[in-house]
Order: sequence, then C-alpha cells, then structure tokens
Amino acid sequence: MFRNLLFPALASLAFVSCENRSDVEIANEENILIIGNSNEPKGLDPHLVSGVLESNIIRALFEGLCVEDPAKDSTSLPGAALTWAPSDDFTEWIFNLNPEAKWSDGVPVTAVDFVFSYKRLLSPDPNWPAEYSEMLYFLKNGEAYNRSHFGHILCGNDPDFPLDWETLKKANFEGERSLKLENFVGKKFSDLKEIDLKKLKPYLKEDETIDLAKITAEKVDLKNLSETEKRIFCNAKGIDKLSKEQLQSLKSDSSLVTWTDVVPEEVRQIVLDRLIAHHEAGKPNLWEEAQVGVTAVDDFTLKITLRGPVPFLPEITKHYTWYPVPKHIVLRYGKINTAFSSQWTRPGNLVSNGPFKLKTWRTNHFLEVEKNPHYWDRDQVDLNGIRYLPIKNYYTETRMFGDGQLHMTYTVPSELIPMAKKKYPDQLRQEPYVGVRFIRVNTRKEPLNNPNFRRALATSIDQKAICEKILLGGQKPASGIVPPFGEYKVPGLIQFDPEKARALLKESGYSTDSKFSEIKLLTTNSESGLREAEALQEMWKQQLGIKVRIVQREWTTYLQKQYDADYDLCVAGWIGDYLDPTTFLEMWVADGGNNNTGWGSKEFENLLTKAENTADVAARMDVLSQAEKTILADTPVLPIYWYTTNYLIRPEVKNWNPLLLNNHPFKFVKIEK
Amino acid sequence: MLKIILSRVIQTIVVVFVLVTFVFFAVRAIPGNPFASDKATSAEEEAALKAYYGLDKPLPVQYVNYWKNILVDGDFGDSLAMKGRKVSTLISESFPVSLKLGVISLILGMLIGIPLGIVAALFHNRWQDYLAMVVAMAGICVVAFVLGPIFQISIAAPLDWFNVAGWSRTSDIILPSITLCFGVAAYLARLTRGGMLDVLSQDYIRTAHAKGVPTLQIIVKHAIRPALMPAVTFLGPAFAAIITGSFVVETIFLVPGMGQYFVLGIQSKDYNLVLGLVLFYGILMGIANLLSDIALIFMDPKLRTA
Repeated sequence: MFRNLLFPALASLAFVSCENRSDVEIANEENILIIGNSNEPKGLDPHLVSGVLESNIIRALFEGLCVEDPAKDSTSLPGAALTWAPSDDFTEWIFNLNPEAKWSDGVPVTAVDFVFSYKRLLSPDPNWPAEYSEMLYFLKNGEAYNRSHFGHILCGNDPDFPLDWETLKKANFEGERSLKLENFVGKKFSDLKEIDLKKLKPYLKEDETIDLAKITAEKVDLKNLSETEKRIFCNAKGIDKLSKEQLQSLKSDSSLVTWTDVVPEEVRQIVLDRLIAHHEAGKPNLWEEAQVGVTAVDDFTLKITLRGPVPFLPEITKHYTWYPVPKHIVLRYGKINTAFSSQWTRPGNLVSNGPFKLKTWRTNHFLEVEKNPHYWDRDQVDLNGIRYLPIKNYYTETRMFGDGQLHMTYTVPSELIPMAKKKYPDQLRQEPYVGVRFIRVNTRKEPLNNPNFRRALATSIDQKAICEKILLGGQKPASGIVPPFGEYKVPGLIQFDPEKARALLKESGYSTDSKFSEIKLLTTNSESGLREAEALQEMWKQQLGIKVRIVQREWTTYLQKQYDADYDLCVAGWIGDYLDPTTFLEMWVADGGNNNTGWGSKEFENLLTKAENTADVAARMDVLSQAEKTILADTPVLPIYWYTTNYLIRPEVKNWNPLLLNNHPFKFVKIEK
Repeated sequence: MLKIILSRVIQTIVVVFVLVTFVFFAVRAIPGNPFASDKATSAEEEAALKAYYGLDKPLPVQYVNYWKNILVDGDFGDSLAMKGRKVSTLISESFPVSLKLGVISLILGMLIGIPLGIVAALFHNRWQDYLAMVVAMAGICVVAFVLGPIFQISIAAPLDWFNVAGWSRTSDIILPSITLCFGVAAYLARLTRGGMLDVLSQDYIRTAHAKGVPTLQIIVKHAIRPALMPAVTFLGPAFAAIITGSFVVETIFLVPGMGQYFVLGIQSKDYNLVLGLVLFYGILMGIANLLSDIALIFMDPKLRTA
C-alpha cells in the first residue's frame, strides 16, 4: 500500500512544475468563472433550502418568471415569462410564458410546471420540511392551504355560504395564540407558574383545578373531560385542528369553542358538518378546494391571484421559492413532496430551466455548472460554466484570490479589509446590502419589559463606532430595522444619544443601582460575534452603568435558545428576501416564528394589514413607515447597523454590478479577455 | 500469535461497543437541536422531522434501532446536517482523500523524525542534540493553524506552480502534508532519541564497541531495531489519527477530507454523523493498534513468548 501511495507523491513532485498558469488564467481560457461560495451547499432543491450560498447556485441553474436586471435594482427582465400584466388593482396577474423556454433535457417549461411547483412548496403535509413556504402566502389562499385552515377552505371559498368569511373568521378557527398546549406537557396544575395560570384564568371558575395530563394527551376524547377542560382544549386547538370525533362532540354543544355572537347556531352546525364530512372523506383534494391563486390557463399562460394588491410581484418572482421545478423529473424520483430522500437534485438527475445546468458536484470539493444548451436565451449567456468552491476559511479565500485561484471571493473578513484596501484597491468592493443587524430583546423579562429601559439601551449604542472601528466594511449605523432603499422613507427613530439614554433610564424607574437579575447578551461563538458583544457591553457600562454578561453559544444552541425564549438580549441579523419593507416588518407580528421577543402590537399588525390592502405605492410605503415607527417606539429590537457586502473581484469579470439583494444574474456575466 | 490477534479483535469490539454507547447518549445530552435553522420551524414541522429520522422514539428504542440498522441493513443512517446524504456516503467519499494525505504525511514525518532522533541520541548533550530537540519541540508547539497560513503566504503565493489551497492539482497535496507531518516528526524524534539513548547504554552495545565493531554498523545492525520500539508503539494510534483527517488542515487548504466532519457533526448536532465517525475511528484505532503490536512482536523476540 505504501508503495502505491508513495509513487504518486514522488511523481507529483516531478510534475508540479509543468503547469505554470494560475487557475484563473486557465479558467479565463475556458470561459469559466471561479467563485468562493463559503460552504458545502445543503441541497439544490429550491423548495428545501434557505441559505444564501445555496441560492447562489440555484440562481444559475433555475429561472423564475422574471429575471433580475444586471445593473438596476427593482427592475425585472423577461425570464420564464415573456410578458406580464397586472389587473388594475394589482390583485391578479397574467404571465405569458416563453414558448421557447425549455428544461435542460429539452422538455418545454409550461404553466403546469409552475402550478405543480407552488402546490409542492405549499404542501400542508407535516412531513414536508420546506422552511420558506410563507414566500408563497402572497397567493390567495396560499396560507390557508399550507396551514390546513379547513374552515377557511371549506366555508370561506364558497360564495353560497350563508355567512361571508370576513364575519365567520372571527370564530376561533386557528386556536388561541397565547394558549399553547405544548407549554403544559408533563406539568401538574398545582405546579403552574403565575404566567401560565394567567392564560387559563378566563376559563376557570373560582378555585377550580383541571387535569393537564388529560388535555395534553396524544389522543383526547372530549367525553372524558370536564366542562372546563373541554373548553380549554377546544379553544387552544381551534376548530381547524380538531379531529372528526372531537368535532362530532362539539356539535351537541357548539358553545365549547368561541364563535362570537356574530355566528348564529345554525351556521355553526353547517361549519361543523362540512368539516366532519371532509374528514370522513379522508380530506380529498384539498388543493382543488382551497382554490389557491395560481392556475394554468393554458400551457403558456399562468394566472396568479393574490391575497391583496401586490404591485411589486415581479420583484418577488425573482426569489428562488418562486422558481419552477420540473414536474416530470420530480415525479420520476418520488412523490410531489418527497423531501430529502428524493434523488432528483443529484448530478445526472437534476434538470433545470436556467442558463446553466449541473455538471459536477463533489462534497466539500467543488460544484460546477455548465452552459444549458436548451436555454431559451443561450446566445446571451457568455460563460461556459461556473465553479463554486466551498471555502469555509475566509482567510484562505483571500489568499487564494491573491494567488489567482478565484475570480471572486464570497466575503472579506473585517481584519483583512485594511490590507485589501491597500493591496487590491481596485478589486475590493464594498456595497450596500439589504440586511440589518440588531439585538432581540426578551420583553417578557424584567427590566426588559419596560419600553423606556429598552429605549435607553438602544440609544446608548454607539453604532458609528461599531461600524467604523470594528467592522471596517462600510456598514451604516441603523436608525431602524428596515434598511433604506427605493421609495421607502426610514423613520429614523433610533440614534446614539447618551444624554437621552440616561434620561430614558431615569424615566424607566430603574437606575444603575437598581436590583434586577443580571442581563445576559447572547451571541454566537465566532470571533467577530465576541468583538461586537464586547463593544456593546462596554457601551452600556459606560453610558448607563448597566453591567451585561456575554454568553456565547455555538450556532444551533444559539438558535434554539432564541426559539425557546431562553435569553435576555441576543445579537442577530436579517437579510431581505425581496426589495420591499415587508420582508423586514412581517417577522415582528405577535408569535411570528422569527419574532421570539414576546412583543406584539395590534396597532402594528393593523398597519401591516392596511398596507397589504393598499395598491397605491406611495401610500403603501407611508403606512409601512408608520408600522416601523410603532415598533421602534416600543423598541423590542435594538438596531445596530445596516449590512454591506465586502468582496474581491478580478477586473476581467464584467457586468457584475452593485445590487442591493446581491442576487446577481449569472447569464449576463462576461469574462473579458 | 493468533491468540494475540484474536484477543485484540475482541478487545476492539468491546471498546467500540462501549464507545458508541457512551457517545450515543452523550451527543443527545448536549444542548442544541439538529433541526434548528435561522428560519423558524413550526412545531409540526419539527415533529415531522424528528419522526422522519426516528428521533421521536424513546432513547432506548432509538439505541436498539441504531444497532439494528447497522448490523442488519448495514445502514449508518442519514446525516441530519447534510440532509439527503447518507453517513456512509460522506465517509466513503472523504476517507480516501484523508488516507492519501495521511499516509504521505506519516511517511514524511518518519523520514524527518527518526533520523533526527537518532542524530540527537548519538550527539547526546551536545549542540546537535539541543538543536534537534528545539526543532522537535517547535514541531509539537507550532500548531497547524499557524503553520498552514505561513506556508500559504511564504511558499505558495510567491511560487507560480503552487496553489494556496485546493485539491485539483497534483501539487496540492504537498503543503497540507508538510503541515501535517511536523507534529508526527516531532513526536517521533523525541521517542526515537529516548529509545536510542536507552539502547546505547546497554551492555551488549558496549561489548560491541569493545570488540571494535564500527559505530555505524553497531547502530544499523544492533541498536536501531530495539530503539524504535517506543516510536512504533506511538505510530499505531498516530496512523489511525492522521488518516482520518484534520479539521484545521482541511479548512485551511480546502481539502475534501473527513476531518471536518468530526467538527461539523458536533456543531450541528448531527447525531448519526458523529456516531458513524466514532464507530469508524474506533475500528481503525483497533486495527492500527493491532498492527503496531504485531510489528513489536517481530521487533522484539522477548515479546513472542509473553
């Protein structure tokens, strides 16, 4: 064995001097772009990934209805669709697909593929682990289908139903938000804390106790429960989530669940009958019944109906969740929603409709795509291929760039930025990127439940110092949670102001010597995370005299602690999915999966709903700006800075321009010789 | 001989079994969630994921299933972090890379370390000895994440025919293997020196000197073999360790080896990947120890009767 291995080693020593050209020189001749891509992609199924590095590959392989302009933000060029037109109120859009558009195996891309894709991403099956299905909630009934809102689907879509859905939906279909049965699993009533008891209070008679084990059991038979237990169980679950048997018991006493007075008894019975009939039939054809707002009018005409006016829909179709997947290939390797066990994205199987197709994929080594000969706009595509290198070590990446191994890096570590400015003044790019760095505040805890206290923390962060002394990447101090772009007017409420911070602290009723349990600042275990946290720690100590302890946790634990609300303050970031303020605002609705602060405001949510129903662009932006004001006034989140991208790019790469979303369309990129 | 091999094999099986059992429960006890992602997952989704990977069952059932899948179906499970990929695929793709790199660096380490140790022993307490030991000490102390970048900056960058990092050119193996070999060379030098000094003070060496046998002949014919025994004992485990890759060297030099999975597995709470690696590494360690034991038996006749 040694001899077998020794020989190539010695041979390699003899051969090394044969190739004197750098990787980039060879690639330039072959017209291949080599880029650093940070890490091994988790997958290539557009419906099952959520990372930036995966999207860099998927954008080369697939194409949505519209394509990003290579130089102008918020501009859409024809992609899979040649033309598109909205209705007057922007709630209905017709996309005329390009009949020349083909999958990389030569099969035409049709409207059926799009309907199939959206049905797939929205699949309500709990076994379907898509993380990004809410990107399709813009579609009418998309959310109702995805989250199995049976009441909405079965009664709300029926024009002959005796009660209109706007009225009917006031009944408790989705379950009470604050009353989560999961929180009571394995607990005894006598051991409940004040917070939990408060949630149950409205249902309990004086001195009444209930058996928590009964209502948290896997299968609950309503007959075995007390009146109060029934009430708590049904309202916590909501009508949509009750089983057939539970619905049948509900029929004899519909008042167990909150319907509000506007829903008369006979309507309640009709609703229950419909749900029971649906369950009895084994929930057939939910997709048809849900009438999700996407239809193939014919092979090349796609009609999209939205939940409200969306004047910026073409923007959204550029996000990879809106890309089509090949129906014929997905079904060849599994069912419509076979997730990770499907082999359809493996090399040799994957078929895509974008400018490139998958050529090689070697784990932790490289992934290469090559020109798609069936692509409709192939004459426009200049590159013969793109090679993505999963370089986890960004210092290595910068060195590889210097050695002519890469056309472009994924990033530049902040320590190397001063060096890069000197050594590569023309190759270093620092461009704005729609993303925001902020601190989540756990508003359930004292003293962080005090808005003035939170505001004091926010205004004592010297954001400029963090940007200019630590990050060095051209980041901008954030006066809010939505970065500036387009026509959106940032309210600009949060600024570094130590005087005001101290005044706010005084107003909050707390002071430096107040007794409250130590505040902990959660961050990741990265070097940069620690430096940032130390700076924040020092600023709060200096300006307010408040001592904060830094807690570093590795990535998955850090995330889990946020979801479990097991933190006081937590540094985090958010990157926009599309160019509209809602991508930054919608996450802050009460109990939103990415909120995690315990904060919620009816006023804020009403403004979001209002914006959802406003077609006029300027008026809509004003409403959203107001919504941001409400959240900043309450400060459950402390903005720090707005992101930039920092990367190195070789001068021969052309048509790579600053784009706010950093979603560069590879089809326009050229290597100049 | 057979008896020794057999007892070694049984020992290895027991050790691996205990190791896997311990790690199985230990990885599940560390905080964190393999399905945590920067986008929130709903409770239903998480439950579905857990059910898909069999993590919803009670621990003892999971444990029995784990062994059953391996012994009956030869299935080490799916990776939880790199979804859609089998642990066995990840290991079988990356192990050949690490094996190649590891064997070359081990040979380099032996070529540097053993002569260095012999020279040091022969010039005991003279400047040659001190110099050799300073070099060896430096090899132990200067870790790969310092050495690697130094090589990248001072060797690869100025020379046209070297790449800074990567795994596509034949020359790409040189810098990572040199980086890796230093640690091995340093240990070998110290162990060889110690062994050599021990042997050189023995009576039979003195007798040979007295009989007028030339020094070179004494060393080559009589001293080297027993002097290398401590080094050979070390080489067994070192071999197993070096052919399973190194996280640091692989990330610095962009080598698609298996060392990075040890770290990725723990960081992302990829239970199946961690267990697969522990099992694989445990068996390799057993084999390597067995090989070094057999080598020792050939080197030292006294052991054959024991």
